[in-house]
Amino acid sequence: MSALGASLSPSQSPPGRRTGASPSWRLSDRIGLGFAWLLGLLFCAIAASIVLYFLIEGIQYLRPSLLVTNPTASVNESQTGGFLDPLLGTVIVALMAMAVAIPTGIGIAVWLSEFGRPSALARVTESCIEMLAGTPSVVLALFGTILFEAPALGFLSQTSRGIVLGQSFFAASAMLSLVGLPMVVATVREGLQVIPSHVREASYAVGKTKIATTRRVLLPAARPSLITGSMLGLGRVIGDTAVVLLLLGGTLTFSNANSTPVLGTLRGTGDTLTGYIYYNAPTGDGNQPSKAYAAAFVLMLIVLALNLGVDFALRRSRARLWN
Amino acid sequence: MELRKPPPVRRLSGSESVPLRQPPADSNAHANGHGPAFVGRPRRAGASPIAIDRMQVEQLSVAYGAKRAVDSVSLPIRQGEVLALIGPSGCGKTTLLRSLNRLTELTRGTSSTGRITLDGTDIASMESTALRRRVTMVFQQPNPFPMSVFDNVAYVLREQASRRPKRAVLRGAVQDALGRAGLLEEVADDLDHAALRLSGGQQQRLCIARALAANPEVLLLDEPCSALDPRSTKLIEDLIVKLRDDVAIVIVTHNLQQAYRIADYVAFMYLGELVEYASAQRIFGSPRERRTKEYVSGAFG
Repeated sequence: MSALGASLSPSQSPPGRRTGASPSWRLSDRIGLGFAWLLGLLFCAIAASIVLYFLIEGIQYLRPSLLVTNPTASVNESQTGGFLDPLLGTVIVALMAMAVAIPTGIGIAVWLSEFGRPSALARVTESCIEMLAGTPSVVLALFGTILFEAPALGFLSQTSRGIVLGQSFFAASAMLSLVGLPMVVATVREGLQVIPSHVREASYAVGKTKIATTRRVLLPAARPSLITGSMLGLGRVIGDTAVVLLLLGGTLTFSNANSTPVLGTLRGTGDTLTGYIYYNAPTGDGNQPSKAYAAAFVLMLIVLALNLGVDFALRRSRARLWN
Repeated sequence: MELRKPPPVRRLSGSESVPLRQPPADSNAHANGHGPAFVGRPRRAGASPIAIDRMQVEQLSVAYGAKRAVDSVSLPIRQGEVLALIGPSGCGKTTLLRSLNRLTELTRGTSSTGRITLDGTDIASMESTALRRRVTMVFQQPNPFPMSVFDNVAYVLREQASRRPKRAVLRGAVQDALGRAGLLEEVADDLDHAALRLSGGQQQRLCIARALAANPEVLLLDEPCSALDPRSTKLIEDLIVKLRDDVAIVIVTHNLQQAYRIADYVAFMYLGELVEYASAQRIFGSPRERRTKEYVSGAFG
């Protein structure tokens, strides 16, 4: 098996993995192992109870009609409609943010891993990406509000009486792409770095340029991490609330900037499922817990579906390398 | 002249495929009965009728930073001959090999002086991609690209990152390269087989096919058999001897028996210096230098 093959092979269990303490172990080791078991089980229980709770709570309020009706403001919970708009909002925001984050992230990862010159600039970029990964999204959102209120960027949102509103799908997606970007960069970069250097040299040694090598050998070899990175980034984008509230407006329904079909919507404000849940949580302004639970259930289904999708895609792309 | 006996080595020469001829009778080593015959006989059947000067290394010195890896080495590389570079670890063999297609440039802080010519042209004046298509290389670890057998070879035939020409156009050339590397029979019915699913020996022959696909003048091999089992090693050794008429071959090896079996000329390097360059018979039979003698008889290294 070549080194490349080994590094790309599906995760293998480490040799000599054991589940129980052997009689020859010291007491402190046995207690340590016991703790590890206990904590593992505890976290399993916590994760399972969250999922199960929302599954059970959510499913009793979830009606198919909720998915296809627009939300309406009303004191009476039976008349507040569904969450079609937030659902669509989540899809739009996720697509737009990842359309920016994936290509940019791959580009940055390739540059950092394969070129990295000038090295001072590469180091600075690296720190910036790490900083971005650690920045709370509400801080990014706050920065976004300042940025998109600039008159020069008025064409991306609504302007009323000379004042740029700064809230729109464009603005929210732009900032959310920064939320997803570090995930893409980190994962793709790691995927490129585990490819042994002699594989690159083998390509140079038959007269290929660095670009050709990256395009035809390295990126295909790193495809599994490319998929993982994109999906992790997407997960963070879908789950973010702060940016949505500050930059998308958190309005119940889409409020278009003008009557232009697509552009009008994208320049206008709206909401996503996370924003909807925030609004309708028992402690939120809307206070319609049943709707919040149903929306949370749908959101979890989406995330679950994404995870399954990643699994499937990874299996397929590994199979493509191996079959 | 007394050669110390190396430990017994499994004989690789079998009668099943290539009938191996006796080494020439005038061989010193065999004449006085001390020859390392038990390591396998030379696979070559005498000298090749062809001997074309391909590359000339003139006073080459290579340094990584302040550390000198190769120290004023001069030697010729000819088509029709297999040249083996031997010597203890860190003696500069691989650096010399990598200088021949300027792969050393990829390591930061490398500096070199001296001249290497390919068919009379200084390689420093050539485009590195053009040079590397004429002087291709096979590495120690089999490293096929993570794609199909066909695409591994077709990748070399295509222009840089292009997807053209299409499969149908390249089929003949791909099969030809696989045939020259002795792999075609094993993969002919499934050229779309993933290269990483081949066995180690097959992977290495695929790497040789890939290197041959560019139709190079010189083929560099960096310990191509060190990760392989004896059977695959034998296949590749046979292949190397067969290829020597079409392409000049330079092989780095730690395996002295292997050098003895396949090389026409041997260059012994020690601490960056070229200690001795002579025919394989001379190096293994009656080396001129004391250090060579000690090394080939297993006194050090």
